[in-house]
Amino acid sequence: MTTVHLVDTDVNNLLSICNALEMAGADLRICRTPAELDDAERIVLPGVGAYRDCIGGLRNGGFVPILNNLVLEKRLPIIGICVGMQMMARRSLEMGEYEGLGWFEADVVRLTPVSSDGSPLRVPQIGWNSTSYRAGEPLFAGLPPEPDLYYVHSYHLQCDDAADVAATCEYGMAVTASVRKGNIAATQFHPEKSQDFGLRILENFLRWKP
Amino acid sequence: MLTKRIIPCLDVKDGMTVKGVNFENLRLAGDAIDLGAYYAQEGADELVFLDITATLEGRSTFVDMVRNVARGINIPFTVGGGIRSVQDVSALLNAGADKISINSSAVKNPDLITELASEFGSQCVVVAIDVRSTKHQMPSNWHVVINAGKLSTEWEALAWAKEAESRGAGEILLTSMDNDGTKAGFALDITSLISRAVSIPVIASGGAGTMQHFADVLATGTHSGNADAALAASLFHFRELTIADLKRFLREQGLPIRL
Repeated sequence: MTTVHLVDTDVNNLLSICNALEMAGADLRICRTPAELDDAERIVLPGVGAYRDCIGGLRNGGFVPILNNLVLEKRLPIIGICVGMQMMARRSLEMGEYEGLGWFEADVVRLTPVSSDGSPLRVPQIGWNSTSYRAGEPLFAGLPPEPDLYYVHSYHLQCDDAADVAATCEYGMAVTASVRKGNIAATQFHPEKSQDFGLRILENFLRWKP
Repeated sequence: MLTKRIIPCLDVKDGMTVKGVNFENLRLAGDAIDLGAYYAQEGADELVFLDITATLEGRSTFVDMVRNVARGINIPFTVGGGIRSVQDVSALLNAGADKISINSSAVKNPDLITELASEFGSQCVVVAIDVRSTKHQMPSNWHVVINAGKLSTEWEALAWAKEAESRGAGEILLTSMDNDGTKAGFALDITSLISRAVSIPVIASGGAGTMQHFADVLATGTHSGNADAALAASLFHFRELTIADLKRFLREQGLPIRL
């Protein structure tokens, strides 16, 4: 069993992600206070709903300094999911402007998908979308090319450096599906809702040694 | 490419599936969670569980069921039936539901849509709209009905769909009561009219009888439904169609489908 520390700011319902991580073989530690992260070896940063509430929960809960230490200094493997990914960006433009953790040189911007005939596509993007990943990405090891993964979001990361983008999905634009820089990985899609492929991604995260 | 979704709907009473299920395996037929897991394995893209329990005790059983679904099934699922308040929704989302659907309560109290969207985010608020055709053009000849179709309202279907969207609905689940149960096909005209007029996804429901009906409602074009997803119940429960066969057929028709 691999021990995984999951950040719980009491903003999100974590049931699905907890269930999926346990299915993938994680020995889960739910961390409601920063001190509970002290002995972490591997971290999950979830997030659903409004950016303001998610980042507010992280800041007000006092999680930011210890996360910076564990992720940037100790370089522990971490995965951010959905708004968890978005919080890793420098700032979000969702309903105002909010400062993020700044681990990625990226802004969180609204999707502006356009179909081939020039008409706008639906936002939020809801459903299963085929996803292209960069060869050799550790989280996608063992997956078929272009796996269908489950998305539900209206915003995504716009990265300054294309080298940070690990996967994209085509939805009337290139949507940033996953980013990775060293030990820091994140997905916009929901691996916990993406059936067998999602489970494989979580298993890969548990095995990952960056 | 974003794929078109196929969604089986399960009517749940006291934590069990009840309406119109006829599986050879009776154990499977009785249990909402087993049946949901079976459909997920067969390729369902999402599941909908509708609580048709009337009693308070049954309500808490439904929340327990939702918790067990979340534990056992890792595809998204929506729950609905009898939701009237932020507290109702909070209990269901905390039990692990991904989305909730509201119907009559949204028509009676449109502020509920606004409140839920601001409290939990639009992504989890599905507004279910039941419609019936009328002789009047207003501008579509469809109007909204509530209380399981028993009560007509003043709302014209398209106007209500737009109102729901502007109040923060994340998706619309549109059911034609005229077509429901007929197996003669989905109501393509009103589905298409609403699909083209709103910028949120539209799930079509009511009337599916053949695989071609699904192709018609999901296809893009003047004579098609232009829907993003299609929902059916008894057709799947009675094994008249399997989800696996249906999705292979739709893929062969050139529709974007997850296999």
